Amino acid sequence: MTDIPLIFEISQPGRRGWQLPALDVEDAPLEEMLPAGQVRAEPAELPEVTELDVVRHFTRISALNMCIDTTFYPLGSCTMKYNPRVTEKCARLPAFELHPYAPTECTQGTLELLHGLQQMLCELCGMHAFTLHPAAGAQGEFAGILVARAWHEARGERRSKVVIPDSAHGTNPASARLGGYQVVTVRSDERGRISPSALREVMDSDVALFMLTNPNTLGLFEDGILEIAEIVHDAGALLYLDGANLNALAGIVRPGDLGFDIVHVNTHKTLSTPHGGGGPGAGPVGVAEHLAEFLPGWVVENDAQNGFRLRQPERSVGQLRAFFGSTGVLIRAYAYLRALGARGLRENSLTAILNANYLRSRLRETFAPHVDEPCMHECVLSAKNQKKRGARALDIAKRLLDYGFHPPTVYFPLIVDEALMIEPTETESKTTLDAFVDALLAIDREIDECPDVVRGAPHSTPVGRLDEVSAARRPVLTMPVNGAME
Amino acid sequence: MDWTGSSPDERRQMLAAIGVDSVEALLAAIPRRVEELPGIPDGLDEASLLRQVSELAQRNHPAGPGKCFIGAGAYEHAAPAVVEALISRGEFSTTYTPYQPEVSQGTLIAGFEFQTLIARLTGLDVANSSMYDGASAAAEAALLAIRYTGRTAVVVSGAMHPEWLCVLRTYLSGVGAEIRIAAPENGRTLLGQIETCLDGNVACLLIQQPNFLGQLEDLRAAAEAAHAAGSLFVAACNPLALGILASPGECGADIAVGDVQPLGIPLSFGGPYAGYMAVREPLVRQMPGRLVGMARDAQGRRGFTLTLQTREQHIRRERATSNICTNQALVALAATIYLCTLGKHGLREVARQNVVRAHRAAERLQGIPGVRLAFDGPYFNEFVLRLPREAGDVCRHVRERSGIWPGLDLGRFWPEMADCLMVCVTETKTREDVEALRAALEDALQ
Repeated sequence: MTDIPLIFEISQPGRRGWQLPALDVEDAPLEEMLPAGQVRAEPAELPEVTELDVVRHFTRISALNMCIDTTFYPLGSCTMKYNPRVTEKCARLPAFELHPYAPTECTQGTLELLHGLQQMLCELCGMHAFTLHPAAGAQGEFAGILVARAWHEARGERRSKVVIPDSAHGTNPASARLGGYQVVTVRSDERGRISPSALREVMDSDVALFMLTNPNTLGLFEDGILEIAEIVHDAGALLYLDGANLNALAGIVRPGDLGFDIVHVNTHKTLSTPHGGGGPGAGPVGVAEHLAEFLPGWVVENDAQNGFRLRQPERSVGQLRAFFGSTGVLIRAYAYLRALGARGLRENSLTAILNANYLRSRLRETFAPHVDEPCMHECVLSAKNQKKRGARALDIAKRLLDYGFHPPTVYFPLIVDEALMIEPTETESKTTLDAFVDALLAIDREIDECPDVVRGAPHSTPVGRLDEVSAARRPVLTMPVNGAME
Repeated sequence: MDWTGSSPDERRQMLAAIGVDSVEALLAAIPRRVEELPGIPDGLDEASLLRQVSELAQRNHPAGPGKCFIGAGAYEHAAPAVVEALISRGEFSTTYTPYQPEVSQGTLIAGFEFQTLIARLTGLDVANSSMYDGASAAAEAALLAIRYTGRTAVVVSGAMHPEWLCVLRTYLSGVGAEIRIAAPENGRTLLGQIETCLDGNVACLLIQQPNFLGQLEDLRAAAEAAHAAGSLFVAACNPLALGILASPGECGADIAVGDVQPLGIPLSFGGPYAGYMAVREPLVRQMPGRLVGMARDAQGRRGFTLTLQTREQHIRRERATSNICTNQALVALAATIYLCTLGKHGLREVARQNVVRAHRAAERLQGIPGVRLAFDGPYFNEFVLRLPREAGDVCRHVRERSGIWPGLDLGRFWPEMADCLMVCVTETKTREDVEALRAALEDALQ
């Protein structure tokens, strides 16, 4: 069996893939323009390939990926819904191709679109203002944390703690730490939720912010939310919504109405901008009125005299990345929102909840639910019973690959033993959901009938399970210029 | 539009299986529900949506081919058609972080190739598989240096992109690090200034190459000065310029960062772009972001997988090296395809053309009475002109008369440089384009 070649292994000296325009100005030796010390001794060892080599290589390796276009991809907490092609077409309209420092009067269309997106996000989330600046959800979290810090400081307070549930995404504590805060963990109760009494125990006058994901990562709505908001606000702290799971709430309830002061939205989740193999996303952040002037980046304003323009909020916490934001991603998010309208958004959320509950109802007798009650847009099951019979969540996930499905998220949230976190999204049909359930039930039978087949899975993929321990012990992270890979 | 998956009949069957009459019956625990969102317009069919968005696009007035001479951290370069064609494949664009390596080899191989390309361009040992952008990558490099050295101050060149400097301040505000600015003179960072700022408390020295003003810095001298103080040296380099410029590795840098936007990534009003970060081997375990490594399966087949993940937030939580999660994989893929298509000689040639075209353009524009180069140091593809009038007025005049955007008015960032115009000339600008710019500037300055 031969390995899939890297582009460097295809390279042949002298092959060319690109032709530059002829130089139509007078040429000169480089030495006349650049001091010798500034010039590279040798050209970098990039591949030498033809255009067809490039097309064939990247097309071939692309076929080694599972993706939404080919496969059900119920990766919990990632909202792997269909990415409509029309939003791609919108984003590629040539007139959107503008320099970030283009004169304001030449960018009115883009600014109007971004303004419209801001307004729609405010309405969707019940927030007063939105910044479209952050590059991704985690950067949005950082933005929200900085806003909270600045607000407390403006009131003459320096608070040192951020409270985060034990079921939260890892980005929450990492972002809080980046913002200079100490992280305090609050434990979920046996119902999988944050109980007001548990929260009361950790809240004090040193807490700046409580970061909550709602529905939480167990797929459950935090039904104590109104009391939680009261506890947080009574302690003089702010309430943050990690909007990773907004696909369950859009058009049904607005975070602002529940008492959240800050929310980030992952455009690549709820608003269906393509995940891209791990980005680019965008992480707009919305805030209540008392926080609006602390937002990072710019807000787009429409003034009757001058048209649309960018304004830095007066007490802005600063910038998180260069330039306005990931406009190309934001155009797709705008187009998606306009295509759906409020009713379509609501219909999406309801259907996502329907699909998750349907999966749950068909699987709950075989795979133990962590909390046995209806879920929101995703359901978290446990393979703890299967583990006793000899196959772990990881084995089940790998065996699903042989059945042609991308597995759910496994081993997250961390508080669930052998977690299988399944998020079907609204774009999947009953037919697909049934086929997925059938595969999981078949795998469950295989654990007794042919356990080695499950434990040795996958069997049909381009490579089998990789030895990740050795890979991390002696990491090979680049291909050496002259020599073998090991 | 409606992209939900099931028919009304199938929905009824699912509701029956769940044992409820409607989905709303599952929502009882949610308080303060809404039925309508009046601030969001009604949905649109595909044709109406395209028309509405096209009408917005038409309210933009891009400069058009050969007419935008603004650079300043975002550069117009020609990208081979294969780049867009390949990154548009759903197999790349509709997949996610490769948590299941067996069915993600496409993304992982491309990531490994990106890491290898960046390592070779920068002359360093290891690169990660991308950051949000160049500015946040530079800030993360400073945080890396602070963690690695246990020191709490950072020295940064005042000739760094002002927006990058803002980002650095924001990122470092949480850890309370001190930022010392080495002031530039004549457009370049002065070695004396650097040495004054360096001491035993400085984690790293951070310098941009070419710097924001287009000038080339003396990276070797900066590296020596940083190392003499026991600090790390971080070079923030334009990756396209590295087609011809001495690599940060050969100049003594410990970390190289930058934005891959110059590698044919669309300007797109500021993003999405992607950052890169490369380091010397001893720093690898302190790196932020995703790393792809080689591994073998049980049959000995070569494969690729995310590795050294114990650095990352999903495992290490508040003790992670960074909060970064989803980053810019598809943009990094675009940069990978660009670098492969141009290849070893193509990248060098395009970098060389940038140098030649910019120098010829600078000669022509200096010939305009009253116009002179603001700085006399070497430069890559961008240079600053001092004008006999305010640059903002000149830009407006030129744009109104000729449709040309002649460059960036530096008064935007520094009021004392309001008579400075920064002009960028890449391989996309022909002799005629530059002649048209010259004529328009002459006209504006009469």
